[in-house]
Amino acid sequence: MTVTRSTEVTFSLNGQQTTVAAGTTILEAAQETGVEIPTLCWASNLTPVNACRLCVVEMEGSRALVPACSRECEPNAVINTDSERVALSRKMVLEFLDTTNDLTQSSELQTLIELYGADASRYSDPVRSEDPVKVEDDLFVRAYDRCVLCYKCVEACGDDAQFTFAISMAGRGFETRVSTEFETPLPESACVYCGNCVGVCPTNALQFKAEFDLRQTPDWDPESQTSTDTICSYCGVGCTLEVHTQDNEIFKVTSPSDHSVTAGHLCVKGRFGWQYVQPPTRRPPTNH
Amino acid sequence: MPDLKFSDAVPDSDERAVVDALISTPPVEQRSERWVIGGRAREEECRHLLLPGLHALQDTMGWITPGGLGYLAERLQVPIAEAYGVATFYELFELEQPDTEGPLHHVCVDPVCAISNSASYIAELRTKGHRVHESPCLGQCERPPAAFVQIKHGASQDLAAATKTPIKVAEAEPSRLLKRIGEIECTDLETYRRHGGYEALHLAINKGGEHVIEQLKKSGLTGRGGAAFPTGVKWEAVAAKDALVKYVVANADESEPGTFKDRVIMESDPFALVEAMTIAGISAGCEKGWIYIRGEYTTAAERMGAALTDATAWNLLGTNILGSPYNFDIEIRRGAGAYICGEETSLFNSIEGFRGEPRSKPPYPTDSGLFGQPTIVNNPETFLNVLEILNNGVESYRSAGTTNSPGTKLFCLSGDVSEPGLYEAEFGITLRELLVRAGGVTGDLQAILLGGAAGSFADSRHLDIPLTFEDTKAEGLTLGSGAVMVFSSRVDLSAVLMRLAKFFRDESCGQCVPCRIGTVRQHELLIQIGNRKPTSDNDLLLEEIAAVMTDSSICGLGQTAASAVQSAVQLGLIGDKQS
Repeated sequence: MTVTRSTEVTFSLNGQQTTVAAGTTILEAAQETGVEIPTLCWASNLTPVNACRLCVVEMEGSRALVPACSRECEPNAVINTDSERVALSRKMVLEFLDTTNDLTQSSELQTLIELYGADASRYSDPVRSEDPVKVEDDLFVRAYDRCVLCYKCVEACGDDAQFTFAISMAGRGFETRVSTEFETPLPESACVYCGNCVGVCPTNALQFKAEFDLRQTPDWDPESQTSTDTICSYCGVGCTLEVHTQDNEIFKVTSPSDHSVTAGHLCVKGRFGWQYVQPPTRRPPTNH
Repeated sequence: MPDLKFSDAVPDSDERAVVDALISTPPVEQRSERWVIGGRAREEECRHLLLPGLHALQDTMGWITPGGLGYLAERLQVPIAEAYGVATFYELFELEQPDTEGPLHHVCVDPVCAISNSASYIAELRTKGHRVHESPCLGQCERPPAAFVQIKHGASQDLAAATKTPIKVAEAEPSRLLKRIGEIECTDLETYRRHGGYEALHLAINKGGEHVIEQLKKSGLTGRGGAAFPTGVKWEAVAAKDALVKYVVANADESEPGTFKDRVIMESDPFALVEAMTIAGISAGCEKGWIYIRGEYTTAAERMGAALTDATAWNLLGTNILGSPYNFDIEIRRGAGAYICGEETSLFNSIEGFRGEPRSKPPYPTDSGLFGQPTIVNNPETFLNVLEILNNGVESYRSAGTTNSPGTKLFCLSGDVSEPGLYEAEFGITLRELLVRAGGVTGDLQAILLGGAAGSFADSRHLDIPLTFEDTKAEGLTLGSGAVMVFSSRVDLSAVLMRLAKFFRDESCGQCVPCRIGTVRQHELLIQIGNRKPTSDNDLLLEEIAAVMTDSSICGLGQTAASAVQSAVQLGLIGDKQS
């Protein structure tokens, strides 16, 4: 018996006949054809968890909306990324997040809130996610009132990048949080301080201590900040680093998520080992 | 040694003992000079023992200590943060040391028990100094207020072993699924056999799986867990899969408020479930079955366990069953207090030792279910129908019910009726007839919650609708799990609605935004409305919250979390009806 396996899928995307390779997700197909679908928990360098539901689209014949980030294109499917139903769902997801978390440090979400007309003021006295900022070391801080539970940090710590498994989702329902075992402080946990969780966080719930400190001062000034590409000098792998500076002081180091060597992930040295380029006397004193 | 960092906390010797008793393999094992099993390979082998391990630790110490959890995690090579994430997912596990050593009383506060004064029972227990947890439905709605007592160092108890036999109406129409329940208690193999037990298995062995599946498809049997998917089609799909390992799973995590049918089946007719699962295994080429029983059903778990032992002793389970070439074994897993684990993919994750969060579908369980293998997953009531079809033939089976909803259905009647209990009736019976069989409504009928918390409200206008899948659907109702909760005019329906909203708020797994936050906002809004008439802004917001939960949640929990509230709005049951 001969088995013919189609390597291409043709379907309708917002009324346009579209052909993509079999196995392509709706989101990837949209990106290829220039159709915009908002995402939050999706990242090109992580496995889709489709938890935020911001990328939902309408698929004819499906009772519920489907997540574009993880649903593969199906032959003859009729997909609408821009219906009223879709817009309502996205608006509500944004309202839910805005009534729960501090989203002020995520410009992408602010833009979407504007775009979809999400109005948090419709809710009277909604319970919010409140958690004092965890400052446990000199490298990064955790401000979980900003955490939208997108799973990105858990994935990056686990089998999408680092294989350290220092953190997991804990609890259930609205009480769900990202946690080490028994809320153990990070320095005593399995954490190896690769900072890959910080690298993937979409809301700045995880941020460099240097950035956190700088934001506490009146000097924080995004306008004057620059990003410089360089190569990490520690070992022979040659990871690309993006060094973010303000007034010639480093406050953050990232790596591009589409980079062929790093896929956005670094180790503790590349991520945090930049103090040697700045004389210690110039660093602000720290009490922690 | 391992590449994972575990806890420095030291386990107690009792904790070591119970964990060692459960896990025979060492964390790292050298099988030959060049073959070492440890780390991820060990985790893949053993991770499904995490949930039983957590139960063992909880039972031993009365809570899960850092030392105990660390030891269990290390033995299983499961990252300790993940083990903590799993433990904190379940209601029955305590991760902080309780103030007292005494038992923990879980007392139901869901609607039926709430109108039967569970509040004063709770107050009484607290006055006596007991620890009380206000629990969601415990599946004992025919004898409210329901309670479940969790005891350190011992067998926790539901009140099911109890005195009151579930009511069966003898004079009624065909008694099929409940024929061995009531006067006869088929908890021993001999009695079960005397009452027709294991005839269907013989038939399945003699005629083969294809015949069984053909009969199921002709019978029109659909799943009784709520989704009503054709059972024969499901079995056929798994039978057609060319996989080395396939599974049969009984979803006995019965947690839908107002539902207790599967509990009664497992307590009173456990061999029937074992037999039907074995037939499923033979029919679809599966050699391993799992029964996932909700953690609060301790009596059911005990009796199912005893049934498995007996069945194995008589070669009704095991290898070459009754001399045939078929092999089949069944393992029991106890849940630990999480409504979401009744969602089939959450249930798989729970068995596998992960947090009980639902998976995205597709892939469906028939393609990738438990441990990623093709899996038949059915409700115990569905399994019992299979025996009925094989023993009496398709024609006889279809003689009851309607063309599109053939056979009989179990209905769990609770609340304001004279004789709450489990009733079997042909599809097509009306609510009015059903209420008459239960001795009528006590007081004036105000509303009926049909299908559980995830169902919808009906009132006197709906009394003559035939209870079939098609007729209820046409009316915007659902049979769901077969729960029929009756509320007379004495009941404050706003309080019932608020409790339902609280139920979903508590039971949402938290994975997706629409359900995690939507259930909270819905509950807050209902509290805000209280007994007032909702404003148009209130109505709009409730409707939009309902829309996003229904349209965009990952699983059925979020998708139905607004259904009862929305139906109450439509019937005008919400807020002060007089104003």
